[in-house]
Amino acid sequence: MTGNPIFDSALVLGSVGLFFGFLIAMVNKKFQVWEDPRIDDVEELLPSTNCGACGQPGCRAFAEAVVAGSEQPSSCTVMGAEDVADVASYLGVDAGESNKRVARLLCAGGKSQAVQFSDYSGLDTCKAAAAVAGGGKGCNWGCLGLADCEDSCDLDAIYMNDDDLPVVIPELCTACNDCVEACPKDLFELMPIEQKLIVQCKNLLKGDAAEDLCSVACNTCNRCVADSESGVIEMINNLAVINYEMNELTDPKAISRCPTGAIVWVEGQQFKESSMELEKKAV
Amino acid sequence: MKSLLSFKHGVHPPENKEITSGMKSRRFPFPKEIILPLSQHIGTPAKALVKVGDRVERGDVIAAAEGFISSAVHATAAGTVKSIELWPHPSGAMVPSIRITVDPNSTQMQRPRIVPRWQDVKEEDLSKEIAKAGIVGLGGAAFPSHVKLCPPKDQPIELLIINACECEPYLTSDHRTMLEQPHDVYEGIRIELKALGISRAVIGIECNKPDAIEMMEKTKPDDLDVEIQTLQVKYPQGAEKMLIKAVMDREVPSGGLPSAIGAMVQNVATTANVARVFKTGQPLIERIITVTGRGIRKPGNWVIPFGTKLRDVIEHCGGLTEDAEEIVFGGPMMGQGQANLDVPILKANGGILILSKDECKRQDIMPCIRCGKCLDACPIFLNPQLMGAMAKAERYEEMVEEAHLNDCMLCGCCSYVCPSNIPLSQLFIMSKTQLRKLAAS
Repeated sequence: MTGNPIFDSALVLGSVGLFFGFLIAMVNKKFQVWEDPRIDDVEELLPSTNCGACGQPGCRAFAEAVVAGSEQPSSCTVMGAEDVADVASYLGVDAGESNKRVARLLCAGGKSQAVQFSDYSGLDTCKAAAAVAGGGKGCNWGCLGLADCEDSCDLDAIYMNDDDLPVVIPELCTACNDCVEACPKDLFELMPIEQKLIVQCKNLLKGDAAEDLCSVACNTCNRCVADSESGVIEMINNLAVINYEMNELTDPKAISRCPTGAIVWVEGQQFKESSMELEKKAV
Repeated sequence: MKSLLSFKHGVHPPENKEITSGMKSRRFPFPKEIILPLSQHIGTPAKALVKVGDRVERGDVIAAAEGFISSAVHATAAGTVKSIELWPHPSGAMVPSIRITVDPNSTQMQRPRIVPRWQDVKEEDLSKEIAKAGIVGLGGAAFPSHVKLCPPKDQPIELLIINACECEPYLTSDHRTMLEQPHDVYEGIRIELKALGISRAVIGIECNKPDAIEMMEKTKPDDLDVEIQTLQVKYPQGAEKMLIKAVMDREVPSGGLPSAIGAMVQNVATTANVARVFKTGQPLIERIITVTGRGIRKPGNWVIPFGTKLRDVIEHCGGLTEDAEEIVFGGPMMGQGQANLDVPILKANGGILILSKDECKRQDIMPCIRCGKCLDACPIFLNPQLMGAMAKAERYEEMVEEAHLNDCMLCGCCSYVCPSNIPLSQLFIMSKTQLRKLAAS
C-alpha cells in the first residue's frame, strides 16, 4: 500500500473489477447456450405486433418456430406476401400457402335496423349490458353496439359505424381471435376470405316474429335454400346455415331473393360505409 | 330493552313499504293469454307434456320435472295451448315457453286433485307430494323446495328457520302473507318439520312489521315448538346466511349449504303454499305479488296467476305515470331490470317495482377513491373494491381464487354505499356470467 488513498482505492477496486470481469467471461464461455443467429434476423423481419393469430405466444416464439421448421412463414397473417417471401428466401424454405382469414360479424342489425325496447344506462360495455335484461335490445341475439370488440382489437382493425355496428377492415384484421372472445353475444366468427356468402343473423325466431324485432333478420323463408345448390344452405333452428365445406358451390344468386337482406355476398369489407359517413367525408 | 338480533355490516336503504303494506291482497283477473316458460326455477328446464291445440284446465301439469333439480309447471288458467315457442324471459334470455290462450267462458275452477292428508304421508314421501305441486322457493332464487327438504343424510338438521324478514325495500308480499294466511304458515311449518324429522322452528321477522308479529303471536298454536324472533331492520337480513347468523349465531362455511351447520331456511310464502297443497290440492299456480313504486298509478298487492304478461299487470294497475323510468322484477336491491313488457310474471317474482324518475337517480360513474365504504357494507366481509378493479381488468379467475367471488351473493350493498356510483354488483354479475361462459367452452 502506498498510503495515497486515491491510488489505493483505484488499485483495490480495479483488481476487484478485473477479477469479476474475468469470472463473468469464464462463465459466459462455460455455460454458453448456442442460439441460432437467424432467429434474431427473422424476428427483425416480422411485424412485431405480438397478436397471437399464428397460435404462438408472440413474434419471437414464431421466429423460433419458423427457424426450427415447425411453422411456415405464411402462418403469420399480419405480413404481406412480399414480407413472407423475404422471410422464406432468407431461410431458404417454402413460404407455404397463406390462408387469409378475417373476423366476420354475424349480425347486421344496427340501431337503424333493430328495435330497441328500452334504454340501457350504466357501465358502458357490452358484457355489462348483456347482464341486465339482455341489454334492452329487442333481438336477444343481436349486437349491443357498445364496442367491446373495438376495445379488444389491438390492431385498430375494428371501428364502430354510424349504426353502432362494428366494421372489420379486412386489410388490418389478422384473425387473432380477440374480438371473438370479447363479444358476449358470440357474434364474431373467423372465416377464410374466400367465404363470401355470409348469413348476418343469429335470430332463431321465425317469420314476422323475427322481422318485428329487426328489419334485416333471417325470417326462415327458405328462398336462399331454394336458390342455391342442394346442401349448400340448410335451415337449422329457423336460421339459414351455410355449409362451408361446399364453399366452391356458393353463388351470389343465393342472396337475390332474400326479402330482408340477412344473407349477403361480401367482397372485402363486410359493411359498406353508410351514406351518413360518406356525407361526413364530403364535408 | 333487549337489543334485537342481527348480523354485522349491511345497509339501511329507505323502506318505502308504506305504499302497499296496508293493502289487502286482491285477486287479479285472468288475462287473455298466459305464457309459461319451461324454466321458472333453478336447475334443468321442465319437459313439456302438452302439444299445440291441447285443452288444459287450471292446475293441470303441463310440464314435468326433468332430472333431480327441476320443478313441474302447472297451467295457471284453463284454455288451449296456442304454441310452444321462444319467448322473452325476465332473465333477458329467450326460452321455450308454453303459450295458452285463456278460455274466457271457463269458470276457472281448479281441476280437482286428490291429495292425501299430510298426517298420513310418510316423512320421506312428503317431498314427493311437494314436488308434484311444483313448489319452489318464493324468496327469489326459485330453488325447488322438494330438493331443499331432502338435505344430505350426513348433515342432520336441528332447526327450521322461517324467513319472514322481507328486507328488500318496497316489497310487502310476505308481510301480507303473514297477515292474511297465518294459519297456512303454521300448517306449512308442521309439514316441513315432519319432512325434516325435527320439532323446532323459528320465524324471523324484521321489527318494522309489528302487525305481522302480533298476528303470528296471536295465531300461534300451543302444541307447536315455534318461536317468533324479532330482528333488526337491516338489509340483507333476509339473506339465508345473514338470517342464520342472526338467529343461531352460526356461520355457513364458504361454498357450503346451511345444512352443514344444521339449519334449514324456508321462505314464509313458500311455507304457506306447502300447506295449501295439502289443504286444497292447489299446486303452485299463483302467489301474492306486490305491484309498487311511484311509477305506477294504482299500486297494490295482487294474487296474480303465473304467466300473466307484465303489460297486462301494468294496464290493470292503472298504467304507468308520466315519469315512470324503470321496471324491476323483485326488490330494488337485487331485482332484475326489465326491458320488455311481454315478459311473464313467474314463480320467483315477489314484486313488480315501477320506479319513477325521482326514485332512480342516475349519476355518472366516477373513479374509485378507496374510501372503504363497500368493505364496511359487505355482509360477508369481502373486498368489493378489489373485486371491482379485477372485474374491470377482466381478471375473472383471480376474482374467484383471491377475492372469493363465489361467496358474493350479489346483495348490492356495495353498489348502494359507493360514493363514486360504481355499479359493483353489476360488475360481479358480469364476472359470474363470463366465468360460466369460460367453464362451458
